Order: sequence, then C-alpha cells, then structure tokens
Amino acid sequence: VTKRKLDAETLEELEDLLIRADLGTATAARIVEAVGKGRHDKMIAPDEVKGLIASEVEEILGPVAKPFVPDAGQKPFVVLMVGVNGSGKTTTIGKLAAQWRSEGKRLTLAAGDTFRAAAIEQLKVWGARTGAHVVAREQGADAAGVAHDAITEARANGSDIVMIDTAGRLQNRTELMDELEKVVRVVKKLEPTAPHAVLLVLDATVGQNALNQVEVFARTAGVTGLVMTKLDGTARGGILVAIAQKYRLPIHLVGVGEGAEDLQPFSARDFSRAIAGLD
Amino acid sequence: MFDSLSDRLGGILDKLKRRGALTEADVGEAMREVRRALIEADVALDVVRSFTDKVRQRAVGVEVIKSVTPGQMVVKIVHDVLVETLGSDADPIDLNAPAPVPILMVGLQGSGKTTTTAKIAKRLTERGNRRVLMASLDTRRPAAMEQLATLGTQVEVNTLPIVPGQSAVQIAKRAMDAARFGNYDVVILDTAGRVTLDEALMAEVAEVKAITNPHEVLLVADSLTGQDAVNTAKAFDSRVSITGIVLTRADGDGRGGAALSMRAVTGKPIKLLGTGEKMDGLEDFDPQRVAGRILGM
Ligand SMILES: Nc1nc2c(ncn2[C@@H]2O[C@H](COP(=O)(O)OP(=O)(O)OP(=O)(O)O)[C@@H](O)[C@H]2O)c(=O)[nH]1
Ligand SMILES: Nc1nc2c(ncn2[C@@H]2O[C@H](COP(=O)(O)OP(=O)(O)OP(=O)(O)O)[C@@H](O)[C@H]2O)c(=O)[nH]1
Ligand SMILES: [K+]
Ligand SMILES: [Mg+2]
Ligand SMILES: [Mg+2]
Repeated sequence: VTKRKLDAETLEELEDLLIRADLGTATAARIVEAVGKGRHDKMIAPDEVKGLIASEVEEILGPVAKPFVPDAGQKPFVVLMVGVNGSGKTTTIGKLAAQWRSEGKRLTLAAGDTFRAAAIEQLKVWGARTGAHVVAREQGADAAGVAHDAITEARANGSDIVMIDTAGRLQNRTELMDELEKVVRVVKKLEPTAPHAVLLVLDATVGQNALNQVEVFARTAGVTGLVMTKLDGTARGGILVAIAQKYRLPIHLVGVGEGAEDLQPFSARDFSRAIAGLD
Repeated sequence: MFDSLSDRLGGILDKLKRRGALTEADVGEAMREVRRALIEADVALDVVRSFTDKVRQRAVGVEVIKSVTPGQMVVKIVHDVLVETLGSDADPIDLNAPAPVPILMVGLQGSGKTTTTAKIAKRLTERGNRRVLMASLDTRRPAAMEQLATLGTQVEVNTLPIVPGQSAVQIAKRAMDAARFGNYDVVILDTAGRVTLDEALMAEVAEVKAITNPHEVLLVADSLTGQDAVNTAKAFDSRVSITGIVLTRADGDGRGGAALSMRAVTGKPIKLLGTGEKMDGLEDFDPQRVAGRILGM
C-alpha cells in the first residue's frame, strides 16, 4: 500500500467522498477538518484515512444509535409511524410486527392510511403474514378514528403493542400535517402517555430535504426516533449524519430489503464504515 | 437557511464594482459559490463539476453591462446554462408507433411508478382520446396489483385481470396479447420497484423489455433524491435504455437537483413532473421552473 501525503488535495477528495454520500457541504467540511487537524502533510495509507473518516462519523452517530425497545410497562405500547410518501412506513411496520410476533408479543395494527389505493390491503397482508390483528375502516375514513378504534380494540384484546400506519405526506403540505397532528391529539385523548414512540421513516436515497422532513415532522408529531430504509441499494444515507448533528434524535433501525427479516438495529460503526467506503 | 445564489454571488462579485469584462479570477471565486449552491440543491457532484466548467467558460470575458451588476450577470449565465442542460422544450410522451403502444415504467422502490402509471393513463385517455390498458407486473409488493386496479377504477381505465402465481414476464406477455385482442391504443406496464444492485430483478426487467419492445421506457424517480440520482439513472439507462424521466413529488419543498443530475448523465429528457398523490397531479416538465427551484429563486 502506497502512503500518500494528507495535503489539501487529498482532503478535498475526502470531502468529495462525503458529499457523494449525501452528508451535505457543511457536515462534510467539518468532518474533513477534524481529520486533517494536526495531521497536515503527514504520510498516510488510504485505508487509514478512511478509518479516520469513519471514526469521525462514528463519533457523531454513536451517541444517537439506540435500540428500539418497547416499554413493557406500557400496555399497549403505542407506536406511530410517520414520513413522506413511499419511504417505507408500512413495510417497516410489517417487519417490526414479524420481529415482535416471533418474541411472542400480541400486536394490533391500525390501518391509518385511509387515503392511498390499497394501503389498507397492503397492511392486511402484513397482518396475515405475521399474525398481527389489523383494525381498518373503509378507504377515505378518518385516520384519527382508525387509531382510536385500534387502541380501544388493543386494550380489549390484550395487545402488548399497537402500531399505527399513516398515509405518506410531504412536510410542506400543511393540510396533511394538520391531519397528522389530529391523529396524535386523538391518541393522547385516549391515553395521555401515548403515542409512546413516533418513528420517522427516511429513505436512504433522500438528499438534503431530509433535514426539513425531520424538522417539520418533529414539530408536528413529536418524533421520538428515526428509521432509515433502503440501505440495500446504492445510496449511503449520509444525511443522517447532518441530522444527528443538528437534531440529536435517536436512530433506531435500518431497512435492508423488502422481506420481513430485512430490518436491523442501527449500528453507528457499520454505518460510518459504509460512508467512508470501508467494507 | 439557504441564501439564494443571487445574494451570495452579489456579495462576492459586486464588491468588485467593476466595469468592463469578468476576469478569470472573478469567475473562479463565483464558481465556488455556484458549486456549493448546486450541491445544497442535491445536484450530483460530478454533474456540478462539468456544469461549473461550462458556466466558467461562458462567463469569463463577458462584458458587464452598465445597468447590471457582475453578480446578476453570473446568475443569469448560470440560469441559462441550467435551462439548456435541463432541456429547453417540453417533450411529450411519444405514441408514434403501431398500436398497442407499450410504455414500460421502471424505478426504485416507492418512487411513484404505480401512481404515475394511473396518472398517465388518465391523461392519455382524457386528453389524447386513447384506449389505454394498464397492467401490474409487480408480483412482490403486498397488494401492488390491487393498488393499480383501484386506481384504474378511479380514473376509469381498464386494468389487466389479476392472475395469481404468474411471473412478471408471463404477465407482460398476457398484457400485450390482451391489448392486441382488445384493440387498445396504449398498454402501460407497471413494474415492481427494485434497487439497481438486485441483479435478478434487473435481469427480469430487461427480459420484460426484450419481450414487449416498449416505445417508451420511463424512469420514475423521486425529485427529493440526493447524490444517488446519478447511480440510479445510469444503472436503469444502461440496463433498459430509458427514453425519458418522470420526477415525482415535485409538490415537495425539495430543491430538485436530481433533475439536473439525471438529465446530465443519461441525456434523456425529463418528460413529466408528479405534483401530488391525486390523479390530476401530473404536469409537463418546465425547465424554467425547475431551474429556478434549483437556484432557490
Ligand atoms: N429495497 C428496499 N425496499 C424497501 C425497504 N423498505 C421498504 N421498501 C419498499 O419500498 C416501497 C414502499 O414501501 P412502503 O412500506 O409501502 O412505504 P410507505 O412509506 O408505507 O409508502 P406510502 O404509504 O405510500 O407513503 C415498497 O416497494 C417496499 O417493499 C428497504 O429497506 N429496502
Ligand atoms: N406528494 C406526492 N406523492 C406522490 C407522487 N407520486 C406518487 N406519490 C406517492 O408516493 C407513494 C408511492 O407511490 P407508488 O406509486 O406506490 O410508488 P411505486 O414506485 O409504485 O412503489 P413500489 O411499487 O413499491 O416500488 C404513494 O404514497 C403515492 O401516493 C407525487 O408526485 N407527489
Ligand atoms: K425515494
Ligand atoms: Mg404506507
Ligand atoms: Mg408500485
């Protein structure tokens, strides 16, 4: 392995690597600055540089990497799934349902996406696959009403966990964000401590707009943690690093495929190494 | 918050308060700001580079007109090059082929293929007075076929009857036969979403293409996409040689740099914009509007 001088040109290449992974200009510059600090013009092997990048990224992500564990003291534990269109909300509910069912938990799923064509049927398929009870009303029904019904039924059937699916919505669509706020309000009326978790689902292909998504969904729905899907593709999802720096929200889970088993706990180390182009 | 490019370039260039022509040095400093603005708008890095090269060449030596500041001058050049790169004319869906004309929809998971399929079908039916058949080749996503069937009912366009257990390739053949026998003008084939690293699924869509010989192959992509836009566009284009791009979720507040990235790396036109979940949320691509968005103007 040929060593290279850690000069301005090398640092610029590192910055490009981070920009290509969607960290954005500011975060990329900050990380490269940290890597260069005290090492200017030192001779260094390429993998060593990547290792330095990875550890800088991991330093940011490490503190926010948190496993997603429902609080057994809350019965039912109520999870609300939110995010923009097509990010992977419904599929993530299906994957979590599969995991928790295999741990022997009783589940109720609320088909709160009453807007999108066949969204209810999609959730029902996941319910049948995993043996989770699904509460649904007809298409076009009030989403908050479905959430209300599901919690009531979950109490009656002794469910440990309720997961509420919601329709995808872009965060700049005020009327749709108001509707989401109403879902939260109705849930709280029924159970003041709920929703106990509000998961924002981000697609790994997303660029800088994800910062806005976090900002607005957090304000509207009180997001408690993040899930990043589609990391099985070519996108690295580096915007999570900028998000972690700015919002410090816990990152719980990553999606790595479309199957029930394609959900993993978020690992700051693995994610950082992938960003740096290691492994 | 993002300052619009005009403000930033104004700050750099206008302090020079020069009359006469822009020098290499003036433009060089301005290009660093342009670069940053484009990256913040999610334009892919390599595309940014060739773009700023083009702008630089055009800007150096340009006379600054008395009434105009150097900053405004450069912004105008950036905007013009952006519009040129994005493609100046609206490029409609081409149906100039023997009926039934097949249109193949491809893209990553959740990009908006099924929704856009129904929107296009509605548009061709209502504005183009065509008989359209839609078929879902998505054997993977739960309730994908029901989704298209429901949308078909909404927009009053026929969908191919669902036969459980068939492969995507078998459904594609059945769709072509049904379109022929049913005297349809257009048949739109909606496919399952796929990551481009999934070799089996990329091979499947290539086989569907070979069998149906589509006149249009539309890549449906999310306008909120970041740097990955180039990988996605290149991979689909090299595998099924796309004829155009549809950018969905243009109703969002994303800056939409993916438009420039995808257009630049494939050379294929952006044909349509998805502007909502509803069936009328489909608009012709307008380079002026998208350029303005990218520049935060
Ligand atoms: N490759 C891959 N695909 C995924 C992953 N998670 C979800 N998907 C796919 O992405 C597409 C959209 O997923 P959904 O779960 O329907 O997304 P959603 O957020 O519920 O979508 P809307 O309800 O329409 O807003 C589907 O095709 C899923 O199979 C993942 O981790 N990897
Ligand atoms: N706001 C907005 N939402 C859109 C647009 N186009 C599609 N959607 C939404 O995006 C989500 C995904 O759309 P689909 O049409 O199911 O996407 P797909 O590419 O067929 O997904 P898969 O088949 O799972 O790969 C749905 O919630 C749609 O309503 C658009 O232009 N704007
Ligand atoms: K996406
Ligand atoms: Mg959903
Ligand atoms: Mg689909």
